[in-house]
Amino acid sequence: MNAGWIVFALVVWLGCWAANEYLVRVETRQAGTRRAINLVVPILFGVSLLALWEGLVRGFNVPPVLLPPPSAIWAQITSSVPTLWADFRQTFLKSVLIGYAIGCAAGLVVAIAIDRSPFLKRGLLPIGSFVSALPLVGIAPIMVMWFGFDWQSKAAVVVVMTFFPMLVNTVAGLAAANAMERDLMHTYAASYWQGLFKLRLPAAWPFIFNALKINSTLALIGAIVAEFFGTPIVGMGFRISSAIGRLQVDMVWAEIAVAALAGSLFYGLIALIEKRVTFWHPSVRGGRTGQ
Amino acid sequence: MTAVTAPRRRLTEGRAVPVATMVLAILVIWYACTIWLNARWQLQVFDRAGQADWTIWQFVAGTFAQDRPVLPAPHQVLVELWNSVAMQDVTSRRSLVYHAWITLSATLLGFVMGTVLGIALAVLIVHNRAVDRSLMPWLIASQTIPILAIAPMIVVVLASIGLTGLVPKSLISTYLSFFPVVVGMVKGFRSPDALQLDLMRTYHSSRGQVFGKLRWPSAMPYLFTSMKVGVAASLVGAIVGELPTGAAGGLGSRLLAGSYYGQTTQIWAALFMAAALSATLIFVIGLVERIVLKRMGVRP
Repeated sequence: MNAGWIVFALVVWLGCWAANEYLVRVETRQAGTRRAINLVVPILFGVSLLALWEGLVRGFNVPPVLLPPPSAIWAQITSSVPTLWADFRQTFLKSVLIGYAIGCAAGLVVAIAIDRSPFLKRGLLPIGSFVSALPLVGIAPIMVMWFGFDWQSKAAVVVVMTFFPMLVNTVAGLAAANAMERDLMHTYAASYWQGLFKLRLPAAWPFIFNALKINSTLALIGAIVAEFFGTPIVGMGFRISSAIGRLQVDMVWAEIAVAALAGSLFYGLIALIEKRVTFWHPSVRGGRTGQ
Repeated sequence: MTAVTAPRRRLTEGRAVPVATMVLAILVIWYACTIWLNARWQLQVFDRAGQADWTIWQFVAGTFAQDRPVLPAPHQVLVELWNSVAMQDVTSRRSLVYHAWITLSATLLGFVMGTVLGIALAVLIVHNRAVDRSLMPWLIASQTIPILAIAPMIVVVLASIGLTGLVPKSLISTYLSFFPVVVGMVKGFRSPDALQLDLMRTYHSSRGQVFGKLRWPSAMPYLFTSMKVGVAASLVGAIVGELPTGAAGGLGSRLLAGSYYGQTTQIWAALFMAAALSATLIFVIGLVERIVLKRMGVRP
């Protein structure tokens, strides 16, 4: 028990909380100030969480095996950059990105293909939404058996996991353009492909980006979990499972931090592209954000 | 458009026929894949037996009846399911029902905790602007963390301080299922429009009354929608949480054991069981949804 750390944590926490309560009440007309406040508030909250974590772990002498303080995790990250980079390259740059690209592209293409046939659509959509609610990570051992230990099997898991959300969302998105707009394209004597590229695909972008965002986390989860079932001696999932075996909790948390950072950046990048592409959509244009 | 005759239109308009056709097509493709993927092993079998003149029928039948096929045929999976569900004592470790029950109890515990936590967070977010602004971005970030990746660690670490059994797995389920509930409920609590809120104000109702009589009822449809997403997620959480606890049972340990011993049929049977479990849970929530919304007078 170390009262100093606990007091420190509580003071930082309460201070950040008070600052946030003050900041959200600031009335300002300037867009720049408002944007800065919107950025500072969550950052302050994050800082207070970290301080609380560090202070309570040190204050109550929580065994490091259970939960290491953030400073120890940071030390582990800085001291093992090469290992972390190699794992990141194996898991993220190979399995996740390749699987994600193939899965999303396949889902998109198949959705466009079945969209022309109402029969296929009615038949495949219920199956697609059923399958996307299934615990698909479970196919990981099968894929490892089929495609071997290297990244190909992980990419295959990612493909299967990302395919169905993309399919379901794209089919829903292609139906988003309303009858008036379609009639307008018809009066322009637009061909099927012109109608698709100039009206229906743009109208479907919000749905497609929704799937891309869901898939960005699914892909990372799929790749890491698949590595638990067999892998060459590199990769984030492998490192996590082997570090657990030796109870090197710092290393596990370092990998988690890398995974979380990669996942958040990936998600953020897609959200940024979404904002550029679907600038016309009410959720982007409207004053309220965070929906 | 006019050329479509009445019976044909009836065929294509319902859902049952297209879905049945697709399922049939998937089965046919599956059998074809079974033949293709198991062909190499079957050829080796014939080779070893010194059997040079096999007929195509023997070959196909052989690929459907291997002990450890690369891809088991659907009927093999069904037979395995039947053997491990109906032919075993429910309490035996060879019974899939036993394993499914372990997974189900962890799922349900985690799901209930996740839903309660999600609703509590949503209440906070709706009623306090500071919480809304500071918590929401971190909640979104929390879901970009591949929590499933650390699920095994949570289980192992909690086991090292003596916490075993249901709770560690349920914690993972909780983490996965609270997020859809938070997002859905925040949307739901905010769904009453300004007119309705103004009406409550003219009644001089307190915050609690606004919540109990307006916000909560209008959030109900959102609650059930997000609970459906949440329960599927918590099942995934429970299964992955079982991966490192090989001995303790559950569908996840069944998957791991199957992959260690090359028992592909067992893996597929466990997968089918998980799919059935997930479908049943979603169906039950849909049923409760219909009853509750009907009693509340919401249009179905």
